[in-house]
This record gives sequence, structure tokens and C-alpha cells, in this order.
Amino acid sequence: MRVVVAGAGTIGSLFAAHLARVADVGVLTRREEHARTLSERGLRVSGRSDFTVRVSASTDPGELGDPELVIVACKGGDLEPLAATIGGHFAGATVMTTQNGLGAEEIVAAHGGWPLLSAVTFMSGTRHDDAHVQYVLDTATWIGPYRDTSPEDAASVAELIRSSGLKAEAFPDLRPAQWSKLIFNATVNAVAALTGLPHDAHFAEGMLGDLVHDLVDEGKAVAAAAGAELGEDPWEMNVHATRRGHAHYPSMLEDVTAGRPTEIELITGSLVREAERHGVGVPLHAALYALVRAKEASYS
Amino acid sequence: MRVCIVGCGAVGSLFAANLAQIDDVEVWAYDASRAHVDAINAGGLRLSGAGDVVGRVRATADPGALPACEFGIVATKAMHTSAAVAATAHAFADGCVATVQNGLGNEEAIAEHVARVIRGTTFPAGRIVEPGHVQWDVKGDTTLGPFEPRPAPMAEVERLADACTRGGMPTHAVEDARGPQWRKVVFNASTNPIGALTGLTHGRVCERPDLRRLVTGLVDEGKAVAAAQGITLDADPEDLIDHAAKPEVAYDHKASMLQDVEARRITEIDYLNGGIVRFGREHAVPTPLNQAIWALVKGVEDSWTN
Repeated sequence: MRVVVAGAGTIGSLFAAHLARVADVGVLTRREEHARTLSERGLRVSGRSDFTVRVSASTDPGELGDPELVIVACKGGDLEPLAATIGGHFAGATVMTTQNGLGAEEIVAAHGGWPLLSAVTFMSGTRHDDAHVQYVLDTATWIGPYRDTSPEDAASVAELIRSSGLKAEAFPDLRPAQWSKLIFNATVNAVAALTGLPHDAHFAEGMLGDLVHDLVDEGKAVAAAAGAELGEDPWEMNVHATRRGHAHYPSMLEDVTAGRPTEIELITGSLVREAERHGVGVPLHAALYALVRAKEASYS
Repeated sequence: MRVCIVGCGAVGSLFAANLAQIDDVEVWAYDASRAHVDAINAGGLRLSGAGDVVGRVRATADPGALPACEFGIVATKAMHTSAAVAATAHAFADGCVATVQNGLGNEEAIAEHVARVIRGTTFPAGRIVEPGHVQWDVKGDTTLGPFEPRPAPMAEVERLADACTRGGMPTHAVEDARGPQWRKVVFNASTNPIGALTGLTHGRVCERPDLRRLVTGLVDEGKAVAAAQGITLDADPEDLIDHAAKPEVAYDHKASMLQDVEARRITEIDYLNGGIVRFGREHAVPTPLNQAIWALVKGVEDSWTN
């Protein structure tokens, strides 16, 4: 089986390295140097897994063969150019998106007629360099059908991912899980980015816990207005995550600490736009949206 | 007349050095900084910048050394009010104590320790350059009025205002000093924490439309809480915010709360947005945005000790 992982940040590197143990993996990178490093040195995983694998890598999708599965694993902000790059390639593949927020599937769908699966991933890691990623949180990836795919297709990709050593689960309809994660992410990521706090007990108690609860309630009101059912309760997800015993640094906090652009547009931005579309007031999320975007502007 | 400045930081020093210019006022200063106290006693308290003044001030870090005073002027950061006034209250057993601090709740904290309290708001600003020497950045007016639950007599408020004015700090005595206080609190609560959370200067906050809308949301909540108490603001905070955003005014100004956050000092958020939320609760006025901002800045402070 051949799999192409498009985008080799933290999540892409974790997928590529693990899958390379059970499949033939190609990695599509944005930078030539990154592709060269991967082809020469392979890809190392540390942390919860510890191994190094060989992968083929290129910036040109035409050099990555004929995969049956393409996992699009770039950050949301890079999705449009990446989808344009793979347009016209991988004719026989099913393409799976893994981005946070809403709307990644539509962006990819606009660039080709592939059957599509959608996924949300809760695993996390730390990227040490182009060829070394640390596997930190071994939480699952959830997969569901999107276009011209069946629940069975989702199940077989979940099985493939599980066989590689990562956690995955298939759902007949992913939207409830996507909405739960969207509300969870819009809340936790923005609060962490603005306060500098890792996702710890502060998020579940006291004044900050009240704010997190109110943000979750705003998100639920948007989901209800959009006619979307929720999977897990985002507040319960939050409380549960703060009790893991070690502090997790959400990616948006890492981004603002490093002075990088964040995924605020894709996460909070999509929630706020969805709220506007349905006439639901979300003053707290709108405030966080403005504040995080302003924080990005403060880098320059 | 004997006056003691409680907390002789930048603003306290402006009052101390200027009051010391007039013959009929004896100025004392209580401050926790030993170096500042020693420098003031050795060479006087020096102001430079908007005015160049050296004042003879009797400074001490020992509250027991204070004589009985007719007036106190409290100028500590808001979180130190209670401790500073508790330590010095004996000097004001027969006197009146005014606050010129930022935020809400200082009068209440002072009134726990002294009987006659003066509500106050001041706009001059400065910063300590070195012990005994303060840079006077901005001149401005001060407003004083009796604190309603434990009021100082109006005649005493007028005496203190007159002394400050003669010393070079223009001060008005009014029956209801809440208007200027809430104008300044709403201004500060709606802009300072936004700078602190984003890292942007006042001007850059104001030129981002979505952020400026958030500022207006905070201002509107503050105005509603003031209105519910029957307070008439003496100017619209929105006008002050837009005025300050002009390049020639304070476009490049980093809010003091941003400076606090950058230096990892505890901020005055509890007395700004926290004060608006508390007064809002007492008067059944919802303040969700001020509450959110309060929680976020407390989260920033918590992140330093995590």
C-alpha cells in the first residue's frame, strides 16, 4: 500500500513516520531542503515511540508515485496552496484532511475530484527539526466519510493507522466530533495563547474556568443554530484534558511564543463566521479573535 | 498644615515635591523603598521634565516615625492600599485621607482604617529615574471630593485642594468626585489590558477596527455601571481614547499594564476591570467583556508562577 503524507509539520511527521512501518510512504514537503533531509536521513520519532524510518520525499507530487491514500496534514493556513499543488495528481487516491476548524474539505474538494475523508486529530507532538519529531500525546485521530466515501472506507483507514501504532477511530458521521473539537479548540487555544498558560487546571476552575465555560456555551449555541449535533461535550473534554497530570502546551500558545502566525482564522475565525451566518451573538469569541489577531500583528 | 504622602512613587512624588514648595505646608512621605527614602532625606526630592522642582520632604520607611498629620494622600499601587494605610492610620486619627490612585476600591480600603476619606482622581504622570529623582512626564488636573460613606468635611477637601493648587498641582474640590474617577477608570480598563494582552501600543490598538470595537464594548459596559449608580461622567471616555491615539499625543504609548506584564509585575486589573465587574454585580449590570478581560489578565499573572 502506498500512502502520501502532504505537509510534514508535527502532525504530518507523526503520520508519515508511523505509517512507514506498515506502508510505503512518500512525503510532500514545501521546502526542497526538507525533502532532501528526509530522503537522506529518514524520519526519527522519539517520545511515546522511538524509531527511525526511511521515507521518500519531494516537493513535486509527480515524483511521489500513485498512492491509494493521501493524508493532507499541513496547517490550515497552508492548505490552499498545498491543495493547488496536488491538483491534477494522485488520480487513484482517496484524500483525507486533518486540519483544525471548519472548511478544510471544501478547500481540497475545489482542487480535484478525489474521494474525500475528513478527520480531526487529537494527537500532539513537538517538532525538533526537519527529520525528528517527538510524539507527546497519544490521543486518537477520528475519521469519517465526506465525499464519495463510505463509513467502511473510514474504518479501513482507521485500521491502517492503528496498525502503524497510532490511535484512530472511525465514525459514520464526523461532523459532531468536528464541532466538538472546533468549540474545544477555539476556546482552549485562544485562552492559552493570550494568557501564556498551558492547558492546566486554571482552565477548569475559578475565574478563567468561568470564562472557558462561557466560551463553550457560545460555541454550543452556534452549533445548535447551524443544526450540528455535538459529539463529546467540549466542557467535559476540557475538564478531562486538564486532569491528565501534565500540562499540555496548545499549538497556538507555541505559535505566539515563537512569533509565528497562528491557526486563529481557521479555528476561531470559522466559528465566528458560522455564528454570523446564523445570526448568533458570540461576543466573547469575537473578543478573543480580535485579541489573538492583534497579538500576531504585534510581532512586527 | 502637615501632609503625609503614603506611597511616594512617581505620582506620590509629584504631590510631595510640589506641596513642599509652599511655606505653610510641612510634607512627610512614607515609602517602603529604603534607597528612595534615604535619597530624599539627603538631597531633597527632585522633579524634572514638565517642571523642575526640588522639595524638602521628611521621608521615612518607618510608619512609627510619622507625626500626627492633618492630611494623608495615598498614592501606592492599588494592591498595597490596605497594608500601607493600616500601617500609617495612627497619623491620621484626627485628619483626612485622600486617594489619588488608579482604579476602584481604594476609598473603601482606606475607610476601613480612617474616619474621614477623600475620593480623588489625578491625571499627572511620571516615573522614577533614580532614588530621590522623578521624571515628571505629564501635567494634569486632580479632582477631590468627600467619599460618601465616610466623608471628609467639604471645608477640609477645599483646604487640601487649595494647598495642592498653590503648590503647582491644579486641584478641584467638588461635592461628587465620582464622574472624573469613573471616566479615568473606564478609559484605563478599556485600553490598558488590551495593550497588555496583545503587546500593542495605544495607537495600534485603536487602528484595528475589530479591536477598537472590543474597546467600545468595554467602554459601554463601564458607562452602564456608572449610569446605574447615578454617576455622570465628566467627559466621554471614547473621545479621550481617540484623542490619545493621535500620533502627537500617545500613539506610541505602551500602557502601564503592558509595561507591568513585560516586567512580570502584578497588574492593577483587580481594581480596573475587576472593580467594574464588582460594581456591576452590586447594581445588576452585566459586564461579560470586562469579566473576560479580567480573567485573561489574571491568567497572564498566573502563568508566571506556573
